[in-house]
Amino acid sequence: MKKTLLSLSNLTKQFDGKTVLDSLSLDIYDGEFITLLGPSGCGKTTLLRLMAGFEHPDAGTITLSGEDLTGTPPEHRPLNTVFQHYALFPHMSVFDNVAYGLKMEKRPKEEIRERVEEALAMVQLQDYMRRKPHQLSGGQQQRVAIARAVVKRPRLLLLDEPLSALDYKLRRTMQVELKRLQRELGITFVFVTHDQEEALSMSDRVVVLKDGLVQQLGTPREVYERPANLFTARFVGETNFFPGEVESIHDGTITVDVFGLKRTLRRPDFPVREGQSLHVLLRPEDIRVLDPADEQGVAGKIVERNYKGSTLDSVIHLEYGTEVLASEFFDEDDPAFDYRLGEPVKVSWVDGWEWLLPEEADESVNEDALTDA
Amino acid sequence: MTRWLPRAYLVLVYLLLYIPIGVLVVFSFNDSRSGYTWGGLSLRWYQSLFNNNAMVEAMWNSLWLALSAATVSTVIGALTALALHRYRFRGKKVLNGMLFVVMMSPEIVLAISLLALFLLVGIQLGYVSLLLAHVTFCLPFVVITVMARLSGFDESLPEAARDLGASDFTMTRTVLIPVIMPALLAGWLLGFTLSLDDVVVSTFVSGPSYEILPLRIYSMVRVGLKPEVNALGTLLLVFSLVMLMLSQWILTRSKR
Repeated sequence: MKKTLLSLSNLTKQFDGKTVLDSLSLDIYDGEFITLLGPSGCGKTTLLRLMAGFEHPDAGTITLSGEDLTGTPPEHRPLNTVFQHYALFPHMSVFDNVAYGLKMEKRPKEEIRERVEEALAMVQLQDYMRRKPHQLSGGQQQRVAIARAVVKRPRLLLLDEPLSALDYKLRRTMQVELKRLQRELGITFVFVTHDQEEALSMSDRVVVLKDGLVQQLGTPREVYERPANLFTARFVGETNFFPGEVESIHDGTITVDVFGLKRTLRRPDFPVREGQSLHVLLRPEDIRVLDPADEQGVAGKIVERNYKGSTLDSVIHLEYGTEVLASEFFDEDDPAFDYRLGEPVKVSWVDGWEWLLPEEADESVNEDALTDA
Repeated sequence: MTRWLPRAYLVLVYLLLYIPIGVLVVFSFNDSRSGYTWGGLSLRWYQSLFNNNAMVEAMWNSLWLALSAATVSTVIGALTALALHRYRFRGKKVLNGMLFVVMMSPEIVLAISLLALFLLVGIQLGYVSLLLAHVTFCLPFVVITVMARLSGFDESLPEAARDLGASDFTMTRTVLIPVIMPALLAGWLLGFTLSLDDVVVSTFVSGPSYEILPLRIYSMVRVGLKPEVNALGTLLLVFSLVMLMLSQWILTRSKR
């Protein structure tokens, strides 16, 4: 049984009459790496700012290990923040930046020096103590910001899109480094991002947010493989949606008609009835591209192919009008494996690799919801 | 031709700007009584300047006034700028606009209205009235300088300080003020210079008890120009150059 560290219950926040958080509840466990994921405007940053104490909720409570923090000002909360643009004090050296929090605690000079050096060594910046922030690269500034936040040994570290200003390569390095830090320090990390890849690769649990509501809460695997709704399915990773119709219902399985194929699939958790329409979700890597002469599968032709290094991503235009995204790994036996545009193929998948979702009343969660993803 | 013409023009412009100042400096070391003939090198006008008690007193008065006016207006101006920047309140726009009114309105109008005010309230014309007047016209410049700096201020800096355990007051002292320091300094210097060479407003609100330099020089010129004025001008020039270099030095140091 995991211990709850920070408990948010029924948090509501409005800005100028616009609801940003809508009675949101969330329990954060001690020592976990939890990510708040969502498009911009979903309320993830507001949620973080409520935890830090920079904003106050209109309703609801925040408790840390049973102690009510809702009205506590930020300086009295045992948690620290890593800001999106680092927010290093420009007039102080790296040492003084990191020492700031300890000086506020009025620690003895010797202890401050020791702990600052220790924190800077942790992020491999012990040789840069005398520098000013503007003399450091973006990645180094980021590491100073992290050292400054962890030097106080907070119970909880809040990270507000801390890697978004870094270039791709540096971002990957910092992701690994952050994970390592989190393991070594044993501090609970609350990480905010709009980058689903980052969320999946770093987190113990992911909270998918939209319009101030939790869409799904689960491990990266659950969120990716078993999305709770269409929004999560579309937002986290690429997904193919096939329209299906329930033909018959059996004990543990149902028979579904997908593009004229009768497939026997695992019966989903939600109630089904015969004749019902539903979505059959397939990730691009679950799609099998077959020879046009193959018995099973839906016919179509290749309309786009993208060489991605380790995979070959192709877009297949089905005879039914739908476009399918397929991502296939290169095979050692056939290194020259490729398609030509217009090549006829058939598309199928292995039974059991699909995920079923019911149709939603609000089907408008289309591409426009993802523009800022 | 196309090459030397712009250069010649540039030289001409600079000569026009600097020849009068150069002449003033050179003639401050002139031994001749007349302002137009060269009579050899001498420091006699500097000597006579420092023997002129009224002049020396006016100089100290001016410096003290400029110093206090600049300091008072920097303190009030910085607090005003912070309030305008941080808080949303009723009448903020009006308050902001009124600063510009003070800045844009003709000095003579300000002078007359201040004089009328002082007479009405019964403030004796002298140091206090001068200080109040100078603070009034320096204030908008300080506020605008500080606000310009604040508008480029990273809003997460104060939050970072609070997050690390600083109270609002400690944050202001250790983060906010150091970060806006260059603007405070620039505002202070601006106020200092404005106060030091103001004539119009000072003419109206000064009294016999507190004579300041610009007015002293002005009254001297009316009875005939003495080369002492050249010496005084040279001293002021050196003083402002030192101030300028000092401020530049502080600014570049604070950036590092």
